[in-house]
Amino acid sequence: MGHEVISNTSLSPTVHRLVVSAPRIAVVRQPGQFVIVRLGPGAERIPLTIVGSDAAAGTIELVIQAVGKSTADLVAVAAGSYIDDVAGPLGQPTDLITKGTAVCLAGGVGAAVMYPIARRLSEIGVELITVVGARSSASILFEDEFRSFGDLIVCTDDGSAGRAGFVTDALADLIAAQTVDVVYAAGPVPMMRAASAVTSPRDIRTIVSLNPIMVDGTGMCGGCRVTVAGAMRFACVDGPEFDAHSVDFDELADRLTTYGAAERIAVDHVCRSAGQPVTGRHGAG
Amino acid sequence: MTTEPLTKRQRMAIGRQEMPARDAGERSGTFNEVNLGFTEQLALLEAQRCLACARPVCVEGCPVSVDIPSFVASIEAGDLAAAARALFGDNALPAVTGRVCPQEHQCEAVCVRGRKGAPVAIGHLERFVADWARGHPHDDVVTSEPSGRRVAIIGAGPGGLTAAGELARRGHDVTIYEALHLPGGVLSYGIPEFRLPNEIVDNEVDRLQALGVHIECNVVIGRTYTLDELRKSFDALFISVGAGLPMFLDIPGEGFKGVYTANEYLTRVNLMRAYAFPEADTPVLRGERVVVIGGGNVAIDAVRTARRLGARQAMIVYRRSRPEMPARVEEVHHAEQEGVTFEFQVNPVAIEGDADRWVTGLRVIATELGEPDESGRRAPRPIAGSERVIPCDAVVVAVGTRANPLLTSSSPDLALTNRGYLAADERGMTNLPGVFAGGDIVRGSATVILAMADGKRVADSIDSYLSGTPVELTAP
Ligand SMILES: Cc1cc2nc3c(=O)[nH]c(=O)nc-3n(C[C@H](O)[C@H](O)[C@H](O)COP(=O)(O)OP(=O)(O)OC[C@H]3O[C@@H](n4cnc5c(N)ncnc54)[C@H](O)[C@@H]3O)c2cc1C
Ligand SMILES: Cc1cc2nc3c(=O)[nH]c(=O)nc-3n(C[C@H](O)[C@H](O)[C@H](O)COP(=O)(O)OP(=O)(O)OC[C@H]3O[C@@H](n4cnc5c(N)ncnc54)[C@H](O)[C@@H]3O)c2cc1C
Ligand code: SF4
Ligand code: FES
Repeated sequence: MGHEVISNTSLSPTVHRLVVSAPRIAVVRQPGQFVIVRLGPGAERIPLTIVGSDAAAGTIELVIQAVGKSTADLVAVAAGSYIDDVAGPLGQPTDLITKGTAVCLAGGVGAAVMYPIARRLSEIGVELITVVGARSSASILFEDEFRSFGDLIVCTDDGSAGRAGFVTDALADLIAAQTVDVVYAAGPVPMMRAASAVTSPRDIRTIVSLNPIMVDGTGMCGGCRVTVAGAMRFACVDGPEFDAHSVDFDELADRLTTYGAAERIAVDHVCRSAGQPVTGRHGAG
Repeated sequence: MTTEPLTKRQRMAIGRQEMPARDAGERSGTFNEVNLGFTEQLALLEAQRCLACARPVCVEGCPVSVDIPSFVASIEAGDLAAAARALFGDNALPAVTGRVCPQEHQCEAVCVRGRKGAPVAIGHLERFVADWARGHPHDDVVTSEPSGRRVAIIGAGPGGLTAAGELARRGHDVTIYEALHLPGGVLSYGIPEFRLPNEIVDNEVDRLQALGVHIECNVVIGRTYTLDELRKSFDALFISVGAGLPMFLDIPGEGFKGVYTANEYLTRVNLMRAYAFPEADTPVLRGERVVVIGGGNVAIDAVRTARRLGARQAMIVYRRSRPEMPARVEEVHHAEQEGVTFEFQVNPVAIEGDADRWVTGLRVIATELGEPDESGRRAPRPIAGSERVIPCDAVVVAVGTRANPLLTSSSPDLALTNRGYLAADERGMTNLPGVFAGGDIVRGSATVILAMADGKRVADSIDSYLSGTPVELTAP
């Protein structure tokens, strides 16, 4: 058993798009939801946004940035191979506005999280401005798609495309120039924190998609806990989207560094042993 | 075999046989099972200690009324096949219960021999027979014609697995939906290998699959399918999702790095095999000094795990006194042998951390025991001025679990108790016709055997419900 990888295409030097067979999830998933994926025996369970789906074909789309061992292993899965476990859809669907103006703010692979939200907002027919940021022109994701959904502002750190600088600077200019009813933001924690700081003085509703480390994704372990408005919430079941102005970003950023040393060991280990197969019970899918 | 039956005096003269165990020094470095199991010789001697009482109170002490005198007598007679038949008649997972039941509060608590000296080691004997049976599989067969009825079971813990077997044997078409990637529930993700080897759960899952039970992992009911959808495609449902929502202490510092719930800590190590990191990909912090807060089985499992992961100091911090610890006595004893230390009558007040938000210690206050509370246990009261810090680099919070609202919140019609658990009648049926529930999601955190008892009782109820006959109620 398992989930066939129908296709695997490279979108940028480190980001791949995988179309994966998951018929049930393809039918019921909604923007904002994610899956927990476990490649095979010995692999980690990692959360990935459901970027899109084709209910008729029974497939979902994942966009994965190789940042460590587990994501590197996943982007290396060839079409026709299988992923053992895909559980979902998990998390709460995005709270979408039905009229007014929305800004979708995406930094780096946050574009994968923002894509299904922007797409649905354009289907609903709200005024939509998407701001995507990337290191350079080569790593901008979904540029054509976002453009087809509404207005698009591209920002690059090196100025190789669009405007040079941070997406949050573009956001500040936007809200100074026009009325914005809601901002949806996904990306690195510093970017989400900065976005929150930009919109908070004007009290513009801002929803961020948090990315804490997860294990089960069902509310059982508490590892994904985040502090929102002073209260503990589990991102996998209560989120992953929360009101940005209430999120404790410092705690989130800090907890994401928990396994920094272990992550380096995991990557080194692969380099040394070229990934010996892990056998035994947990080989059972 | 002995021909002359032993006299009572001869039986009384035999002392309780000790369970052979791996050496404490050796085992605190590995996850291999600690107890090695009785040999045939030890089992025979222990079985001979049973006085075959006219009124076997031990049976009353067992939540599923295992026919203890019968299986013990069969051991004594050397007929292990008969012993196994007697055991499996009442208990679907004796290899599990023989290892994890709190026998000292159940069957062995009331054993007549315990009044003067040690009770018969019923749990060890149960395990002995069950392990023998695994090596000598009997034909587990579907005894009824296919009923054409479909039953869905939500959650593959001991409750769900037991119900699945009972229902499949009666010809029903059973599908188990499990949220995680492996079945077993707490038996897989919670209770460690050194107490309950995975192969025992695997064995049971294989048996169920041979009976035709379908097990679908990675299906989260309430998300992948709703309860209402399942009600449309199945004739009856059994909800056995456990009580998997971890509680915190609500003290400062629970967001620091190095703070785990027992569920996360044990899941990383057991389900995800973090002990084998980096061969397995999931990491776990290996503290030098680990403090576990709590006094139940979960806390003891966590602290013994910490020791096995290399902690120099592995400590239990418990707010009451030793006799009040709800953990199995044998596990506490084993933990001590392995070098686990205990701090009793202290209450955590804060987790301390350094500038980088890594845990550096647990601030506690000493307590004295006041009057017994409604649970009959004496309520701890803080002693002013007794605060101090226990230095450590990891804290594991094992202070209990609650009902996980994931499934129930997606089915607003389902009636809950005021604590968020499912309300069920004596048959195990919820307020929704054909929707049954049992195990921890009804009882609150309880035990493996009680979840199994519910699974069995609900299987009877579902069978009757499906055939339209009234249920004969048996005490749970
Ligand atoms: C709800 C949710 C949705 C997500 N959707 C996507 C997605 O669509 N595409 C995608 O590429 N990634 C997504 N992520 C992040 C992804 O899960 C992590 O990148 C992945 O778990 C890292 O695993 P690794 O073993 O490859 O890297 P590791 O070696 O574990 O970590 C490498 C680096 O990534 C950081 N990291 C570790 N875990 C996470 C995490 N959960 N989130 C963010 N950073 C992490 C570490 O701090 C470290 O700096 C999502 C995360 C969440 C919680
Ligand atoms: C560490 C630890 C040690 C313990 N030690 C002992 C002991 O020594 N002796 C003893 O008797 N008891 C012990 N217990 C308690 C015992 O394990 C539980 O009482 C028992 O497992 C409850 O069984 P259950 O079938 O109700 O649920 P669980 O075993 O909790 O299984 C529930 C299953 O349902 C799944 N699930 C949850 N939600 C969903 C959903 N929405 N959709 C699909 N699947 C879902 C879960 O993933 C899980 O696999 C211990 C518990 C723990 C955590
Ligand atoms: S199931 Fe548990 S209580 Fe019953 S006889 Fe066996 S060990 Fe004792
Ligand atoms: S990932 Fe375990 S509770 Fe959220």
